Amino acid sequence: MDGQQVRAWEAQCIEEQPPACVTNCPVHVDVRQLAGHVRRGDFSAGLAVLARSIPFPGIIGRICDHPCEGACRRGEAGGAIRINALERACVAWAGQRSPLRPQGQRRKNKKRIAVVGAGLSGLTVAVDLATKDYQVVAFEAQDRPFDRLHAYDPARLPCSVIAADLAAVRGLGIDLRYGCRIGSGGAGTSLAALVEEFDAVYLGVGPAGFPAGAGVVALDPQGRIVVDPTTFATGHPKVFAGGSHRYGGEPYSPITSVQDGRYAALSIDRLCQGASLTANREQQGVFPSRLYTDVRAFAPAPAITPADPLQGYTKDEAIAEATRCFPCHCLECVKACEYLKHYGAYPRRYVREIYNNDSIILGNHKANRMANSCSLCGLCAALCPERLNMGDVCLDARQSMVAKGHMPPSFHDFALRDMEFSNSGRFFLARHQPGAAASAAVFFPGCQLSASSPEGVAHAYAYLQEKVAGGVGLMLGCCGAPARWAGRVEQLDATMRAIVAAWEGLGRPGVIAACPTCQRMLEEKLPDASVTSLWAMLERVGVPASRPLLRAPTFAIHDPCTAREDRVTQDSIRRILAKIGVAAADLDDPGHTTCCGYGGLMSFVNPEVASKVVRRRIEENPADYVTYCAMCRDNFARHGKRAVHVLDLLFGGGGADPAERPDPGFSRRQENRARLRSTLLRTLWREDMPTEEPKLELSLSPAVQAQAEQRLILLDDISAVIAHAERTGEKFIDKASGHCLASFRPVSVTYWVEYARQGAAFVVHRVYSHRMDLSMEPPT
Amino acid sequence: MTSEPALVCGRCERPLQLGKVAVTYLGNRFPVELLRCPVCGMVYVPEELALGKMLQVEQALEDK
Repeated sequence: MDGQQVRAWEAQCIEEQPPACVTNCPVHVDVRQLAGHVRRGDFSAGLAVLARSIPFPGIIGRICDHPCEGACRRGEAGGAIRINALERACVAWAGQRSPLRPQGQRRKNKKRIAVVGAGLSGLTVAVDLATKDYQVVAFEAQDRPFDRLHAYDPARLPCSVIAADLAAVRGLGIDLRYGCRIGSGGAGTSLAALVEEFDAVYLGVGPAGFPAGAGVVALDPQGRIVVDPTTFATGHPKVFAGGSHRYGGEPYSPITSVQDGRYAALSIDRLCQGASLTANREQQGVFPSRLYTDVRAFAPAPAITPADPLQGYTKDEAIAEATRCFPCHCLECVKACEYLKHYGAYPRRYVREIYNNDSIILGNHKANRMANSCSLCGLCAALCPERLNMGDVCLDARQSMVAKGHMPPSFHDFALRDMEFSNSGRFFLARHQPGAAASAAVFFPGCQLSASSPEGVAHAYAYLQEKVAGGVGLMLGCCGAPARWAGRVEQLDATMRAIVAAWEGLGRPGVIAACPTCQRMLEEKLPDASVTSLWAMLERVGVPASRPLLRAPTFAIHDPCTAREDRVTQDSIRRILAKIGVAAADLDDPGHTTCCGYGGLMSFVNPEVASKVVRRRIEENPADYVTYCAMCRDNFARHGKRAVHVLDLLFGGGGADPAERPDPGFSRRQENRARLRSTLLRTLWREDMPTEEPKLELSLSPAVQAQAEQRLILLDDISAVIAHAERTGEKFIDKASGHCLASFRPVSVTYWVEYARQGAAFVVHRVYSHRMDLSMEPPT
Repeated sequence: MTSEPALVCGRCERPLQLGKVAVTYLGNRFPVELLRCPVCGMVYVPEELALGKMLQVEQALEDK
């Protein structure tokens, strides 16, 4: 897999993007996580989240101007979460706070930083740098820190809250000096002297002009320091500035002051370490969130109002308010796809796991099955705000696994052998219409429709011959979809070469495809061919007068996943159903239709996930389903859902109640194909078919049949085992039951059959298989 | 788990005995003890083994 492509895929998944509340907080408090803790009643954990981004959580919890709330997506469904009130509740109900301590490694050469102004921005710089073990001296003109904050109504911001926040940072060793007005002349220290004495200086001097800066930093016409809004650098390389002096202070924005201090401290740290001041600061401060959240999924709910607004939320009120937080996530694909849900994460993680799995040289490949369990149906891309298609990722991984020889043989062996059967002389066929020397068109019913409803195919072909002028040839075979899904590029190419050769042999006629998967494959691989769906062709030549149904329910239309983008065929089907008087309603938005659980060969690799997929689909609507993919129809039938193929409605052939038609099972699918071919050759082309070799007469109870089906053992395999055992005598005898037990390994799987002879028939009692090979050396 | 049937070799008519057998998969070779005919060496793989331990090892090797 190509690393660059993988990173592009990862970037397409936005689930890890921060939500709007976080990106609209100037210091990116993880509000979603905080609300999650409060929802569980864990206020201490909530405070820890707040304190990670805010040095003075008590103060900010009371007076934050909370730009986050303006961006909260809950605002579109009843009212924004009262985030600031939740923060206050965290401080109120968290219990004892642990004081901040320096966290950085001890440095040999301690740098000294001067902070001018002990307001929110200045003390944020002081705390951030002291935590990193800088020696910080803070100069405050007044006789106490946070002088401005004392202007707040004490009911909103009590002095005790300010004192508690200051107490928590006392252990950092910040040298606070009061009554020191910088540049006031006389007793005051000049800015030039600070620049001389300290490694860096931060100026958080309030909204008024700062004439004392003249001659050291650049000032604007109002006498305010010119500050870079990203790095907070000034005209002097060692001097930084921010806070209300930078943004004017009207209105006062406490969180903006904290932001300025936070990012100015980052710049000072970078200056002292000789790092770039400007690198990697694109997502600093407020930026738009890329996270998509479908708020329509949530019922509106109004904000919780505290019973006593002065006291703020009680614990229960805070929990109730936090419970209103959705929380914001995208997961559009995961919500819709059982495969993506099954592995417990989301595409960005899956892409990484699949790529790591691909890159691993020594050790276990832990994501082999995951990469091979996707149906490749593309529903994720249809739903994704950024159109990420996990099918592309999984298919690329599969092709890489095959190329490296790492594809587990057990995954696709059975399906590929089934494809081989369909493209062997037992099924493959390409003929002009009987008696014709040329073909205006060729009918390509596909291997699965022929396997599911050979009568339907025969009827449809007879109808086309009658209606389409210029001769309609017939091509039987598999379009190569299993090879594509299995990541077998070479096998797919070989299949396509055979199809192209046969098509060219017929004089390159237009292709009429009955299966939406075949249609997609042929459109892509035969770009010179005009490929039409059987349904569009039937509309063109006239829809056959259908037989009345004994039961005439209203069907729900299941559009196959391979027809999801094909509005033309979807509309065609609906018009045909209307024309023959079949009432049918959309199961859902055809543009968001789902896989039936067969696509991508998922049912062979991961029956558990495939079963979840089909169950979810069949439980969506109690009506009988009508569809136009034979695999969908049979897969629904296998899981007990009444379902018909459109062909059943048009030509009959499905019995009196086609919705009850059982899934033929793997053995009969092959038999149906072979019989369709030989029957058509005999009846239409008047060819003498060689009489089939006499087959062993097998008798399987329904339970043993189900066992064989589930274990992917064909009746042909069972016959081969018994024939081999009876011919060679290579079998075991169970003296107690009289049963024989024999095995045979045609290619890569050893099949075991327990059987007993009963007259001319062989009664099969159980079947199983393994892939390991046994050496048959004689005993020593 | 079904009880072990009393099997005899269909050709040699001898009861099976435990013996050393090599099983191979994807280029890996393991010695195991399995029931086999003491005369012709034909090996019996019970269903529990095929669908249990053997399947586990097959899947583990496929993920190597």
